[in-house]
Amino acid sequence: MTAYIVRRLFATLPVMAVVALFVFFLLRFAPGDPAAIIAGEDATAEAIAAVRAKLGLDRPMVEQFFVWMLQLAQGDMGVSIFSNLAVTRLISQRLEPTVALTLSTLFVAVALSIPIGVLAAWKARKLVDRLVMGFAVLGFAMPGFVLAYILIYFFAVQWQLLPVQGYRPIAEGLWPFVECLILPSVALGVTYMALIARITRASMLEVLAQDYIRTANAKGLATDRVLLLHALKNAAVPIITVIGIGIALLISGVVITETVFNIPGLGRLTVDAVLKRDYPVVQGLILVFAAAKVLVNLIIDISYAFLDPRIRY
Amino acid sequence: MLKHILAGAVALVVPFTAAQAQEKVLRAVMHADVRVIDPIWTTQTIASIHGMLIYDTLFGNDADLKPQPQMVGKYEISPDKLTYTFTLRDGLKFHDGSPVTTKDVIASLKRWGAKDGVGIRLFSYVTKLEAVDDKTFKMILKEPYGMVLESLGKSGSSVAIIMREQEALTDPQQQVKEAIGSGPFKFAKDLWVPGSKAIYLKNKDYVPRPGNEPPSSFAGSKIPGVDRIELVWISDPQTAMSALVNGEIDFYEAPNNDFLPILAKAKGVKLMMTGKIDSTQGMIRLNHLHPPFDNVKARQAMYHLINQEDFLRAIVGNPEFYRVCHGLLTCGGPYENTGGSALMKEYNPKKAAQLMKEAGYKGEPITVLFTTDHNTITPATQVLVQAMREAGLNVDAQSMDWGAVVSRRAKKEPPAQGGWNIFVTTTGGVGASNPVLHTWIGAACDKGLFGWPCDPEIEKLRNAFAFAQTDEERKKIATDLQTRAMEQVVYIPFGQWNTPLAFRADKIDGVVPNTGLAVLWGITKK
Repeated sequence: MTAYIVRRLFATLPVMAVVALFVFFLLRFAPGDPAAIIAGEDATAEAIAAVRAKLGLDRPMVEQFFVWMLQLAQGDMGVSIFSNLAVTRLISQRLEPTVALTLSTLFVAVALSIPIGVLAAWKARKLVDRLVMGFAVLGFAMPGFVLAYILIYFFAVQWQLLPVQGYRPIAEGLWPFVECLILPSVALGVTYMALIARITRASMLEVLAQDYIRTANAKGLATDRVLLLHALKNAAVPIITVIGIGIALLISGVVITETVFNIPGLGRLTVDAVLKRDYPVVQGLILVFAAAKVLVNLIIDISYAFLDPRIRY
Repeated sequence: MLKHILAGAVALVVPFTAAQAQEKVLRAVMHADVRVIDPIWTTQTIASIHGMLIYDTLFGNDADLKPQPQMVGKYEISPDKLTYTFTLRDGLKFHDGSPVTTKDVIASLKRWGAKDGVGIRLFSYVTKLEAVDDKTFKMILKEPYGMVLESLGKSGSSVAIIMREQEALTDPQQQVKEAIGSGPFKFAKDLWVPGSKAIYLKNKDYVPRPGNEPPSSFAGSKIPGVDRIELVWISDPQTAMSALVNGEIDFYEAPNNDFLPILAKAKGVKLMMTGKIDSTQGMIRLNHLHPPFDNVKARQAMYHLINQEDFLRAIVGNPEFYRVCHGLLTCGGPYENTGGSALMKEYNPKKAAQLMKEAGYKGEPITVLFTTDHNTITPATQVLVQAMREAGLNVDAQSMDWGAVVSRRAKKEPPAQGGWNIFVTTTGGVGASNPVLHTWIGAACDKGLFGWPCDPEIEKLRNAFAFAQTDEERKKIATDLQTRAMEQVVYIPFGQWNTPLAFRADKIDGVVPNTGLAVLWGITKK
């Protein structure tokens, strides 16, 4: 297993190199010019050209790419074109809110969707099952931002139970931290919950039809033991796979959720940097997201071996 | 990298102290986020708002656009109007404790004069800036330029702020690394999260102008009203509106027009119209370099496609907040006039098509840069494109975000090679009320703004305005200038509107109308 993990970690290097190559050149080929944005509304074409020259954006693209790669090799992601701050500082400032939002969403989604998926499979084709599946369809159909505005309107503006927007670090207290995350986690997590609940139900239905489950029921095991110890464990591989895929969905989902709830996380940093054409920041962020995705895939693959002893690397 | 992550982590776990909770904090959402700390390097308005909190200026134009001394204690103008002698007020200090001297002032003015359009124009008449001593300096002109004080006190973009000499010596094409001024607030750079919030702490050592003068735009005693100002950036206008209604923020600089009825009814929220002059003027810029708009007849044909009411209803909706104005100098401003207005009072697509044909237009595609992500420019472009199609023009509407438009409009190549024919934009009403400060009315050919209108007569009139001795003379020149600029179609105005400020009247006092830039320093917390 250790050799496998080391091999996989080394395999991430070419993946990251390809990501770096694509992100760098796609950004340069996309329309837009940070120099024009910096120079501002009343700047002349000459003033824009002067800013571009000072930023080094008038140099050949290949030269710019190699300068960036050299910086990366030294652990330096560069400096924001606008704020003059290190990209690593900007990312580290935004890491906590995004990690907090992702984990809280993951926790809420997994904690609720697996039990209701199991329940739906157990009570298949009965009212409970139809309610769960109805929720799943609704969860898929409703865009997260629509749900976000509905939640804000009722829970924040009308009833004033929770804040409209913002983020408070855990250092400011547990409740301020939690209250800022409740609405965003629900808005972001509903689609994810629907996905996991449906997969859990489908996977459980398949397992519940197996002979060993019939045997377990025949020998008089309690229903909860049959469902949780025998069925759920064997249905877990596809569920874990979907949770892994879902983390990628969450990464794209936080972009919208952070914007609507004004959470200063990596998602908003990405949107702002793209709109402003802040190349070093976008490049750094895409690399971080790619690394996160590769890491999650690795963790998922390793977890298969623990859940299913037949899987060996 | 590890160092930065650790530093970020430490910053995130700094305990939230009781002292912080007792501070009087003003939370304001502005029209954009503070991403650049150098208001000379960029012309972005938000950078100037940031700059006006931490830096001070020699003069400040008041709500009537009259320059009033700010850092200057006394000044003299020689009888021939060629020598200005300025003396700084006593006790002025930068945030690092060092005194403000004429060395700092001269270096700052030179940097501003090398970058800002108004500054460049002023400095084209300056032969010498010389220090008499640490507090007094002279500005010597080669001609009696009449806009010296107005230029030094200008609002809007690239205000003539005074930095420390060490920052002011930075190349104006490069951003300064430190934001240390002598203004009423200090910039807390360590707490700055670009794209999220910028924090300003009260400068306890600030020496305001004597007399406890109330703020009037940039003039008046700048007495800090709160301990801390947080410029919070909420990019989603609906979230910002909800946050104001919910009391999470105190001040919202530029609420979306769609939300004004909700805010007007919200408990504790008050709307305040901007000053005597509308905040924004809409304009359609034609590219004078390429066919069909290299022909003045084709440019004038476009006037017949503009019914300003259509644009203003699409952008603003409520007539209480907009005004039809067929002039280039802001209606309601001191130099409002009707010169050339008759050219655009008839909406007639058929006539537009006929004039275009007479100008040699044969149905070639007209490239319109179609902004997709701007709450006023996008609907205005939609109205324009519809009117052009009604006239049978072959419109090539190229959709892109505002960032791409800003980049593309700087290209002088023909439209087929990545250039353009038309883009829609807006400009500030205060700047557009003065022929010298209104850079879009200029026609300086290659040295001018995008679209590159070229007309020596217009430039001559703009210069003449700056040398006019009486107000009557200025008004006469302004009328001649507007007439000529309308004939040449430097741009097509599509009306004016006023974006009111919204704030929690139950939580804050001291909000003053915005004449060019939001004035935050005098706001107090109840």
